[in-house]
Amino acid sequence: MTVTAPDAIAAAVARPIEAVVIGASAGGFEALLAILQGLPANYPMPLVAVLHLPEHHESRLAELFGRRLLLQVREARDKESLAPGILYFAPSGYHLSIENDHSFSLSCEERVSYARPSIDVLFASAADAYGKSLAGILLTGANYDGAAGLAGMQVAGALTIVQDPASAEIATMPEAAIRRMKPDLILPLAEIHSVLRKLGEPQ
Amino acid sequence: MSHAAADIEMRLLLEAVYAKYSHDFRDYSGASVKRRVQHALLQFGCETISQLQSKVLHDPVVFQQLLEILTIPFTEMFRDPTYWLALRQQVVPLLRTYPSLKVWVAGCATGEEVFSLAILLEEEGLLERTLIYATDINPVVLEKARQGIFPIAAVRQHTANYQAAGGKRAFSDYYSAAYNSARFDPNLVRNVTFADHSLATDSVFSETHFISCRNVLIYFNKALQNRAFGLFHESLCHRGFLGLGSKESLDFSTFADKFEPVAKRDRVFRKA
Repeated sequence: MTVTAPDAIAAAVARPIEAVVIGASAGGFEALLAILQGLPANYPMPLVAVLHLPEHHESRLAELFGRRLLLQVREARDKESLAPGILYFAPSGYHLSIENDHSFSLSCEERVSYARPSIDVLFASAADAYGKSLAGILLTGANYDGAAGLAGMQVAGALTIVQDPASAEIATMPEAAIRRMKPDLILPLAEIHSVLRKLGEPQ
Repeated sequence: MSHAAADIEMRLLLEAVYAKYSHDFRDYSGASVKRRVQHALLQFGCETISQLQSKVLHDPVVFQQLLEILTIPFTEMFRDPTYWLALRQQVVPLLRTYPSLKVWVAGCATGEEVFSLAILLEEEGLLERTLIYATDINPVVLEKARQGIFPIAAVRQHTANYQAAGGKRAFSDYYSAAYNSARFDPNLVRNVTFADHSLATDSVFSETHFISCRNVLIYFNKALQNRAFGLFHESLCHRGFLGLGSKESLDFSTFADKFEPVAKRDRVFRKA
Protein backbone atom coordinates (compact mmCIF):
# COMPACT_ATOMS: atom_id res chain seq x y z
CA MET A 1 0.00 0.00 0.00
CA THR A 2 1.27 3.44 -0.85
CA VAL A 3 0.27 6.98 -0.20
CA THR A 4 -1.96 8.42 -2.93
CA ALA A 5 -0.29 10.32 -5.79
CA PRO A 6 -0.97 14.06 -6.32
CA ASP A 7 -2.98 13.64 -9.56
CA ALA A 8 -5.40 11.27 -7.81
CA ILE A 9 -5.76 13.82 -5.02
CA ALA A 10 -6.54 16.55 -7.56
CA ALA A 11 -9.28 14.40 -9.13
CA ALA A 12 -10.76 13.57 -5.71
CA VAL A 13 -11.01 17.14 -4.50
CA ALA A 14 -12.85 18.17 -7.67
CA ARG A 15 -15.86 16.14 -6.54
CA PRO A 16 -18.83 18.08 -5.13
CA ILE A 17 -19.13 17.19 -1.44
CA GLU A 18 -21.92 18.25 0.95
CA ALA A 19 -20.82 16.69 4.24
CA VAL A 20 -17.75 15.16 5.89
CA VAL A 21 -17.82 12.33 8.43
CA ILE A 22 -14.76 11.39 10.47
CA GLY A 23 -13.94 8.43 12.69
CA ALA A 24 -11.05 8.19 15.13
CA SER A 25 -10.08 6.18 18.18
CA ALA A 26 -6.82 5.88 20.15
CA GLY A 27 -4.61 8.83 19.23
CA GLY A 28 -7.59 10.51 17.61
CA PHE A 29 -7.61 13.73 19.59
CA GLU A 30 -4.35 14.99 18.11
CA ALA A 31 -5.12 13.54 14.68
CA LEU A 32 -8.47 15.34 14.54
CA LEU A 33 -6.84 18.59 15.58
CA ALA A 34 -4.22 18.18 12.87
CA ILE A 35 -6.75 17.81 10.07
CA LEU A 36 -9.25 20.42 11.33
CA GLN A 37 -7.13 23.21 12.78
CA GLY A 38 -7.25 26.23 10.49
CA LEU A 39 -10.38 25.26 8.52
CA PRO A 40 -12.30 28.55 8.19
CA ALA A 41 -15.34 29.45 10.28
CA ASN A 42 -17.36 29.73 7.07
CA TYR A 43 -16.47 26.21 5.92
CA PRO A 44 -19.29 25.41 3.47
CA MET A 45 -20.36 22.02 4.84
CA PRO A 46 -20.99 20.24 8.11
CA LEU A 47 -18.36 17.92 9.62
CA VAL A 48 -19.43 15.09 11.91
CA ALA A 49 -17.02 13.12 14.08
CA VAL A 50 -17.05 10.03 16.25
CA LEU A 51 -14.08 9.86 18.61
CA HIS A 52 -14.11 6.82 20.92
CA LEU A 53 -14.08 7.70 24.60
CA PRO A 54 -14.87 5.77 27.76
CA GLU A 55 -18.62 5.57 28.42
CA HIS A 56 -20.25 6.97 31.56
CA HIS A 57 -18.26 10.14 31.04
CA GLU A 58 -19.87 13.29 29.85
CA SER A 59 -18.00 14.25 26.71
CA ARG A 60 -16.08 17.53 26.84
CA LEU A 61 -14.94 17.23 23.25
CA ALA A 62 -17.02 20.13 21.97
CA GLU A 63 -15.52 22.45 24.56
CA LEU A 64 -11.96 21.20 24.06
CA PHE A 65 -12.06 21.45 20.27
CA GLY A 66 -14.07 24.67 20.31
CA ARG A 67 -11.14 26.46 21.92
CA ARG A 68 -8.72 25.26 19.29
CA LEU A 69 -10.68 25.54 16.03
CA LEU A 70 -12.13 28.35 13.94
CA LEU A 71 -15.14 26.14 13.19
CA GLN A 72 -18.10 26.15 15.56
CA VAL A 73 -18.02 22.93 17.56
CA ARG A 74 -21.04 21.27 19.17
CA GLU A 75 -22.25 17.99 20.50
CA ALA A 76 -24.80 16.64 18.01
CA ARG A 77 -28.34 16.77 19.34
CA ASP A 78 -31.18 14.41 18.52
CA LYS A 79 -33.38 15.77 15.65
CA GLU A 80 -31.08 18.77 15.00
CA SER A 81 -30.50 19.58 11.32
CA LEU A 82 -26.89 19.58 10.12
CA ALA A 83 -25.59 23.04 9.23
CA PRO A 84 -22.44 24.16 7.38
CA GLY A 85 -19.42 25.50 9.25
CA ILE A 86 -20.08 23.33 12.29
CA LEU A 87 -18.13 20.36 13.62
CA TYR A 88 -20.46 17.98 15.47
CA PHE A 89 -19.30 15.32 17.92
CA ALA A 90 -21.27 12.23 18.85
CA PRO A 91 -22.22 12.33 22.54
CA SER A 92 -20.70 9.75 24.85
CA GLY A 93 -22.72 6.55 25.25
CA TYR A 94 -24.98 7.03 22.21
CA HIS A 95 -24.77 5.99 18.60
CA LEU A 96 -25.06 8.95 16.24
CA SER A 97 -26.86 8.59 12.90
CA ILE A 98 -27.71 10.97 10.08
CA GLU A 99 -31.26 10.66 8.75
CA ASN A 100 -32.29 11.10 5.13
CA ASP A 101 -33.59 14.60 5.90
CA HIS A 102 -30.05 15.51 7.06
CA SER A 103 -30.91 15.68 10.74
CA PHE A 104 -29.28 13.72 13.56
CA SER A 105 -30.74 10.88 15.56
CA LEU A 106 -29.26 9.25 18.64
CA SER A 107 -29.68 5.68 19.81
CA CYS A 108 -28.75 3.40 22.71
CA GLU A 109 -28.65 0.25 20.59
CA GLU A 110 -26.05 -2.37 21.47
CA ARG A 111 -22.38 -1.57 20.96
CA VAL A 112 -21.04 -2.11 17.44
CA SER A 113 -17.41 -3.26 17.28
CA TYR A 114 -17.44 -2.86 21.09
CA ALA A 115 -18.08 0.84 20.65
CA ARG A 116 -20.89 3.26 21.34
CA PRO A 117 -20.77 5.68 19.64
CA SER A 118 -19.69 3.53 16.73
CA ILE A 119 -17.97 4.88 13.65
CA ASP A 120 -19.63 2.18 11.53
CA VAL A 121 -23.09 3.36 12.59
CA LEU A 122 -22.34 6.98 11.72
CA PHE A 123 -20.73 6.05 8.40
CA ALA A 124 -23.50 3.69 7.28
CA SER A 125 -26.26 6.19 8.01
CA ALA A 126 -24.30 9.06 6.41
CA ALA A 127 -23.80 6.97 3.25
CA ASP A 128 -27.58 6.46 3.06
CA ALA A 129 -28.29 10.13 3.68
CA TYR A 130 -25.67 11.71 1.40
CA GLY A 131 -24.57 9.04 -1.07
CA LYS A 132 -21.86 10.26 -3.41
CA SER A 133 -21.84 13.80 -2.03
CA LEU A 134 -20.23 12.54 1.18
CA ALA A 135 -16.57 12.35 2.22
CA GLY A 136 -15.54 9.90 4.93
CA ILE A 137 -12.25 9.95 6.80
CA LEU A 138 -10.89 7.17 9.01
CA LEU A 139 -7.98 7.99 11.31
CA THR A 140 -5.77 6.36 13.93
CA GLY A 141 -7.16 3.71 16.29
CA ALA A 142 -6.56 0.37 17.97
CA ASN A 143 -9.72 -1.46 16.83
CA TYR A 144 -11.68 -2.32 13.68
CA ASP A 145 -14.55 0.15 13.95
CA GLY A 146 -15.15 2.17 10.78
CA ALA A 147 -13.80 -0.30 8.23
CA ALA A 148 -17.22 -1.75 7.36
CA GLY A 149 -18.77 1.70 7.37
CA LEU A 150 -16.16 3.11 5.04
CA ALA A 151 -16.57 0.16 2.67
CA GLY A 152 -20.33 0.79 2.60
CA MET A 153 -19.68 4.44 1.92
CA GLN A 154 -17.59 3.53 -1.10
CA VAL A 155 -20.41 1.35 -2.47
CA ALA A 156 -22.69 4.40 -2.12
CA GLY A 157 -20.19 6.40 -4.20
CA ALA A 158 -18.75 8.56 -1.43
CA LEU A 159 -15.17 9.83 -1.31
CA THR A 160 -13.21 7.63 1.10
CA ILE A 161 -10.04 8.76 2.85
CA VAL A 162 -7.85 6.74 5.22
CA GLN A 163 -4.94 8.00 7.26
CA ASP A 164 -1.66 6.55 6.03
CA PRO A 165 -1.06 3.77 8.59
CA ALA A 166 2.68 4.46 8.57
CA SER A 167 1.95 7.92 9.96
CA ALA A 168 -0.84 6.89 12.33
CA GLU A 169 -0.23 6.76 16.07
CA ILE A 170 -2.01 3.38 16.10
CA ALA A 171 -2.23 1.76 12.67
CA THR A 172 -4.79 -0.97 13.43
CA MET A 173 -7.91 0.95 12.42
CA PRO A 174 -6.64 2.43 9.13
CA GLU A 175 -5.06 -0.93 8.26
CA ALA A 176 -8.35 -2.74 8.86
CA ALA A 177 -10.05 -0.43 6.37
CA ILE A 178 -7.32 -0.82 3.77
CA ARG A 179 -7.51 -4.61 4.05
CA ARG A 180 -11.22 -4.49 3.40
CA MET A 181 -11.43 -1.96 0.59
CA LYS A 182 -9.45 0.30 -1.69
CA PRO A 183 -9.87 3.83 -0.29
CA ASP A 184 -9.83 6.69 -2.79
CA LEU A 185 -7.08 8.37 -0.81
CA ILE A 186 -4.47 7.15 1.69
CA LEU A 187 -2.73 10.19 3.15
CA PRO A 188 -0.85 11.55 6.15
CA LEU A 189 -2.66 14.08 8.34
CA ALA A 190 -1.25 17.23 6.75
CA GLU A 191 -2.42 16.05 3.33
CA ILE A 192 -5.88 15.17 4.64
CA HIS A 193 -6.04 18.71 6.01
CA SER A 194 -5.27 20.17 2.61
CA VAL A 195 -7.85 17.90 0.94
CA LEU A 196 -10.45 19.20 3.40
CA ARG A 197 -9.42 22.76 2.59
CA LYS A 198 -9.76 22.18 -1.14
CA LEU A 199 -13.11 20.42 -0.76
CA GLY A 200 -14.30 23.58 0.96
CA GLU A 201 -13.15 25.96 -1.78
CA PRO A 202 -15.59 27.17 -4.45
CA GLN A 203 -15.42 24.79 -7.44
CA MET B 1 -37.92 10.18 -0.94
CA SER B 2 -35.61 7.48 -2.19
CA HIS B 3 -36.69 5.06 -4.88
CA ALA B 4 -34.05 2.42 -4.23
CA ALA B 5 -35.61 -1.04 -4.01
CA ALA B 6 -34.59 -1.56 -0.39
CA ASP B 7 -36.18 1.76 0.65
CA ILE B 8 -39.45 0.80 -1.04
CA GLU B 9 -39.33 -2.61 0.64
CA MET B 10 -38.73 -0.97 4.02
CA ARG B 11 -41.79 1.24 3.65
CA LEU B 12 -43.87 -1.74 2.58
CA LEU B 13 -42.68 -3.84 5.52
CA LEU B 14 -43.63 -1.16 8.03
CA GLU B 15 -47.02 -0.69 6.32
CA ALA B 16 -47.56 -4.45 6.44
CA VAL B 17 -46.67 -4.63 10.14
CA TYR B 18 -49.08 -1.79 10.86
CA ALA B 19 -51.91 -3.21 8.76
CA LYS B 20 -51.59 -6.72 10.16
CA TYR B 21 -50.51 -6.18 13.77
CA SER B 22 -51.41 -2.49 14.48
CA HIS B 23 -47.85 -1.77 15.60
CA ASP B 24 -46.83 1.49 13.99
CA PHE B 25 -43.12 1.93 13.25
CA ARG B 26 -43.70 4.17 10.23
CA ASP B 27 -42.63 7.29 12.08
CA TYR B 28 -39.63 5.82 13.83
CA SER B 29 -36.17 7.22 13.04
CA GLY B 30 -35.23 5.65 9.72
CA ALA B 31 -31.55 4.93 10.39
CA SER B 32 -32.23 2.92 13.53
CA VAL B 33 -35.15 0.96 12.04
CA LYS B 34 -32.94 0.11 9.06
CA ARG B 35 -30.24 -1.28 11.37
CA ARG B 36 -32.81 -3.33 13.29
CA VAL B 37 -34.32 -4.73 10.12
CA GLN B 38 -30.84 -5.62 8.85
CA HIS B 39 -30.33 -7.58 12.10
CA ALA B 40 -33.65 -9.30 11.51
CA LEU B 41 -32.67 -10.27 7.94
CA LEU B 42 -29.61 -12.06 9.31
CA GLN B 43 -31.51 -13.68 12.14
CA PHE B 44 -34.30 -15.01 9.91
CA GLY B 45 -31.96 -15.89 7.03
CA CYS B 46 -33.77 -13.58 4.60
CA GLU B 47 -31.98 -12.08 1.62
CA THR B 48 -34.45 -9.28 1.07
CA ILE B 49 -36.85 -7.25 3.16
CA SER B 50 -39.66 -8.57 0.95
CA GLN B 51 -38.88 -12.11 2.10
CA LEU B 52 -38.99 -10.96 5.70
CA GLN B 53 -42.30 -9.21 5.05
CA SER B 54 -43.80 -12.43 3.75
CA LYS B 55 -42.70 -14.35 6.85
CA VAL B 56 -43.92 -11.64 9.19
CA LEU B 57 -47.34 -11.45 7.53
CA HIS B 58 -47.93 -15.19 7.67
CA ASP B 59 -46.39 -16.09 11.01
CA PRO B 60 -47.26 -14.19 14.20
CA VAL B 61 -44.32 -15.86 15.97
CA VAL B 62 -41.94 -14.23 13.50
CA PHE B 63 -43.67 -10.92 14.11
CA GLN B 64 -43.16 -11.25 17.87
CA GLN B 65 -39.47 -11.92 17.26
CA LEU B 66 -39.24 -8.96 14.91
CA LEU B 67 -40.89 -6.81 17.58
CA GLU B 68 -38.13 -7.86 19.97
CA ILE B 69 -35.53 -6.76 17.48
CA LEU B 70 -37.25 -3.49 16.58
CA THR B 71 -37.73 -2.37 20.17
CA ILE B 72 -34.41 -1.78 21.78
CA PRO B 73 -34.38 -2.90 25.38
CA PHE B 74 -31.12 -1.28 26.38
CA THR B 75 -31.44 0.20 29.84
CA GLU B 76 -29.87 0.08 33.28
CA MET B 77 -30.96 0.97 36.80
CA PHE B 78 -30.40 4.58 37.86
CA ARG B 79 -28.91 5.31 34.44
CA ASP B 80 -27.52 8.88 34.44
CA PRO B 81 -27.38 9.18 38.25
CA THR B 82 -27.70 12.96 38.21
CA TYR B 83 -31.19 12.59 36.71
CA TRP B 84 -32.30 10.60 39.74
CA LEU B 85 -30.57 13.00 42.07
CA ALA B 86 -32.44 15.86 40.43
CA LEU B 87 -35.71 13.97 40.94
CA ARG B 88 -34.90 13.48 44.61
CA GLN B 89 -33.89 17.06 45.21
CA GLN B 90 -36.15 19.05 42.94
CA VAL B 91 -39.22 16.98 42.11
CA VAL B 92 -39.86 14.86 45.22
CA PRO B 93 -40.38 17.90 47.55
CA LEU B 94 -43.22 19.07 45.30
CA LEU B 95 -44.68 15.61 44.78
CA ARG B 96 -44.83 15.32 48.56
CA THR B 97 -47.49 18.02 48.64
CA TYR B 98 -50.04 15.76 46.89
CA PRO B 99 -52.11 13.36 49.00
CA SER B 100 -51.89 10.72 46.27
CA LEU B 101 -49.70 10.43 43.21
CA LYS B 102 -49.86 8.98 39.73
CA VAL B 103 -46.64 8.41 37.83
CA TRP B 104 -46.21 7.13 34.28
CA VAL B 105 -43.05 5.38 33.10
CA ALA B 106 -43.59 5.45 29.33
CA GLY B 107 -41.58 2.91 27.35
CA CYS B 108 -40.50 1.01 30.46
CA ALA B 109 -38.82 -1.84 28.51
CA THR B 110 -37.49 -4.52 30.88
CA GLY B 111 -38.32 -2.48 33.97
CA GLU B 112 -34.98 -1.17 35.25
CA GLU B 113 -36.30 2.37 35.46
CA VAL B 114 -39.56 1.26 37.10
CA PHE B 115 -37.63 -0.44 39.89
CA SER B 116 -35.27 2.53 40.16
CA LEU B 117 -38.19 4.90 40.55
CA ALA B 118 -39.93 2.62 43.04
CA ILE B 119 -36.77 2.48 45.17
CA LEU B 120 -36.43 6.24 45.06
CA LEU B 121 -40.08 6.79 46.02
CA GLU B 122 -39.81 4.19 48.80
CA GLU B 123 -36.79 5.95 50.28
CA GLU B 124 -38.59 9.27 50.10
CA GLY B 125 -41.67 7.83 51.82
CA LEU B 126 -43.88 8.29 48.77
CA LEU B 127 -44.25 4.81 47.35
CA GLU B 128 -47.24 3.90 49.50
CA ARG B 129 -49.35 6.70 48.07
CA THR B 130 -48.17 6.36 44.47
CA LEU B 131 -49.73 4.49 41.60
CA ILE B 132 -47.20 3.82 38.84
CA TYR B 133 -48.22 3.02 35.29
CA ALA B 134 -45.41 1.25 33.44
CA THR B 135 -46.16 0.94 29.75
CA ASP B 136 -44.48 -0.51 26.70
CA ILE B 137 -45.50 -1.75 23.26
CA ASN B 138 -43.80 -5.10 23.72
CA PRO B 139 -45.70 -7.62 25.90
CA VAL B 140 -42.61 -9.81 26.29
CA VAL B 141 -40.53 -7.08 27.91
CA LEU B 142 -43.50 -6.05 30.07
CA GLU B 143 -43.56 -9.57 31.48
CA LYS B 144 -39.82 -9.33 32.21
CA ALA B 145 -40.36 -5.96 33.84
CA ARG B 146 -43.05 -7.43 36.07
CA GLN B 147 -40.62 -10.09 37.29
CA GLY B 148 -37.82 -7.67 38.21
CA ILE B 149 -35.04 -10.14 37.57
CA PHE B 150 -31.91 -8.57 36.15
CA PRO B 151 -28.55 -10.11 35.24
CA ILE B 152 -26.13 -10.13 38.16
CA ALA B 153 -23.39 -8.89 35.83
CA ALA B 154 -25.22 -5.57 35.54
CA VAL B 155 -25.64 -5.13 39.30
CA ARG B 156 -22.20 -3.67 39.86
CA GLN B 157 -23.01 -0.82 37.47
CA HIS B 158 -26.48 -0.46 38.96
CA THR B 159 -25.00 -0.22 42.44
CA ALA B 160 -22.52 2.47 41.40
CA ASN B 161 -25.35 4.39 39.72
CA TYR B 162 -27.60 4.03 42.79
CA GLN B 163 -24.92 5.41 45.07
CA ALA B 164 -24.20 8.33 42.74
CA ALA B 165 -27.94 8.97 42.53
CA GLY B 166 -28.17 9.70 46.25
CA GLY B 167 -29.27 6.22 47.37
CA LYS B 168 -29.89 6.03 51.10
CA ARG B 169 -29.35 2.35 51.87
CA ALA B 170 -27.21 -0.56 50.81
CA PHE B 171 -28.36 -1.38 47.29
CA SER B 172 -28.22 -5.08 48.15
CA ASP B 173 -31.17 -4.53 50.52
CA TYR B 174 -33.40 -4.47 47.46
CA TYR B 175 -32.54 -7.73 45.76
CA SER B 176 -31.60 -11.31 46.44
CA ALA B 177 -28.95 -12.89 44.28
CA ALA B 178 -29.55 -16.34 42.84
CA TYR B 179 -27.49 -18.03 40.16
CA ASN B 180 -26.70 -15.34 37.62
CA SER B 181 -29.50 -13.00 38.45
CA ALA B 182 -30.63 -10.45 40.97
CA ARG B 183 -34.30 -10.69 41.87
CA PHE B 184 -35.67 -7.40 43.12
CA ASP B 185 -38.15 -7.20 45.97
CA PRO B 186 -41.63 -7.72 44.42
CA ASN B 187 -43.03 -5.41 47.10
CA LEU B 188 -41.42 -2.51 45.27
CA VAL B 189 -43.85 -2.94 42.38
CA ARG B 190 -46.99 -3.73 44.37
CA ASN B 191 -48.51 -0.44 43.20
CA VAL B 192 -47.32 -0.71 39.62
CA THR B 193 -49.72 -1.39 36.75
CA PHE B 194 -47.82 -2.85 33.79
CA ALA B 195 -49.74 -2.22 30.60
CA ASP B 196 -49.50 -2.40 26.86
CA HIS B 197 -49.53 1.15 25.47
CA SER B 198 -48.18 2.74 22.31
CA LEU B 199 -47.12 6.37 22.11
CA ALA B 200 -47.62 6.04 18.34
CA THR B 201 -51.22 4.84 18.28
CA ASP B 202 -52.86 5.00 21.73
CA SER B 203 -54.26 7.93 23.67
CA VAL B 204 -54.01 9.24 27.22
CA PHE B 205 -55.40 6.88 29.87
CA SER B 206 -54.99 8.83 33.09
CA GLU B 207 -54.06 12.13 34.64
CA THR B 208 -50.53 11.98 36.05
CA HIS B 209 -48.24 14.11 38.23
CA PHE B 210 -44.97 12.94 36.79
CA ILE B 211 -43.98 11.20 33.57
CA SER B 212 -40.57 9.62 33.02
CA CYS B 213 -39.88 8.71 29.40
CA ARG B 214 -36.20 8.19 28.83
CA ASN B 215 -34.38 7.17 25.67
CA VAL B 216 -37.62 6.31 23.94
CA LEU B 217 -38.21 9.48 21.95
CA ILE B 218 -34.79 9.31 20.26
CA TYR B 219 -36.20 6.42 18.20
CA PHE B 220 -39.05 8.60 16.90
CA ASN B 221 -39.01 11.12 14.08
CA LYS B 222 -40.08 14.71 14.79
CA ALA B 223 -43.75 14.09 13.97
CA LEU B 224 -44.00 11.14 16.33
CA GLN B 225 -42.04 12.98 19.02
CA ASN B 226 -44.63 15.74 18.79
CA ARG B 227 -47.43 13.19 19.16
CA ALA B 228 -45.78 11.77 22.29
CA PHE B 229 -45.20 15.22 23.81
CA GLY B 230 -48.86 15.94 23.08
CA LEU B 231 -49.91 12.87 25.08
CA PHE B 232 -47.62 13.83 27.96
CA HIS B 233 -48.93 17.39 27.98
CA GLU B 234 -52.50 16.14 28.04
CA SER B 235 -51.85 13.56 30.75
CA LEU B 236 -49.89 15.77 33.13
CA CYS B 237 -51.76 17.71 35.75
CA HIS B 238 -51.31 21.47 36.13
CA ARG B 239 -47.55 22.05 36.67
CA GLY B 240 -46.84 18.30 36.33
CA PHE B 241 -43.27 17.05 35.77
CA LEU B 242 -41.66 15.40 32.74
CA GLY B 243 -38.30 13.61 32.77
CA LEU B 244 -36.43 12.77 29.54
CA GLY B 245 -33.22 10.95 28.58
CA SER B 246 -29.92 12.75 29.04
CA LYS B 247 -29.66 13.66 25.35
CA GLU B 248 -33.34 14.27 24.66
CA SER B 249 -34.99 17.67 24.51
CA LEU B 250 -38.13 19.55 23.59
CA ASP B 251 -36.07 22.05 21.57
CA PHE B 252 -36.94 20.64 18.15
CA SER B 253 -40.59 19.97 18.99
CA THR B 254 -43.73 22.10 18.80
CA PHE B 255 -43.99 21.80 22.60
CA ALA B 256 -40.82 23.73 23.42
CA ASP B 257 -42.74 26.61 25.04
CA LYS B 258 -45.28 24.39 26.80
CA PHE B 259 -42.71 23.05 29.26
CA GLU B 260 -40.08 24.84 31.33
CA PRO B 261 -36.84 23.34 32.61
CA VAL B 262 -36.58 22.40 36.29
CA ALA B 263 -33.12 20.83 35.97
CA LYS B 264 -32.08 21.61 32.41
CA ARG B 265 -28.90 19.53 32.34
CA ASP B 266 -30.68 16.53 33.77
CA ARG B 267 -33.66 16.92 31.45
CA VAL B 268 -36.33 17.44 34.06
CA PHE B 269 -39.15 19.72 32.90
CA ARG B 270 -42.40 21.06 34.24
CA LYS B 271 -45.60 21.92 32.46
CA ALA B 272 -45.56 25.70 31.95
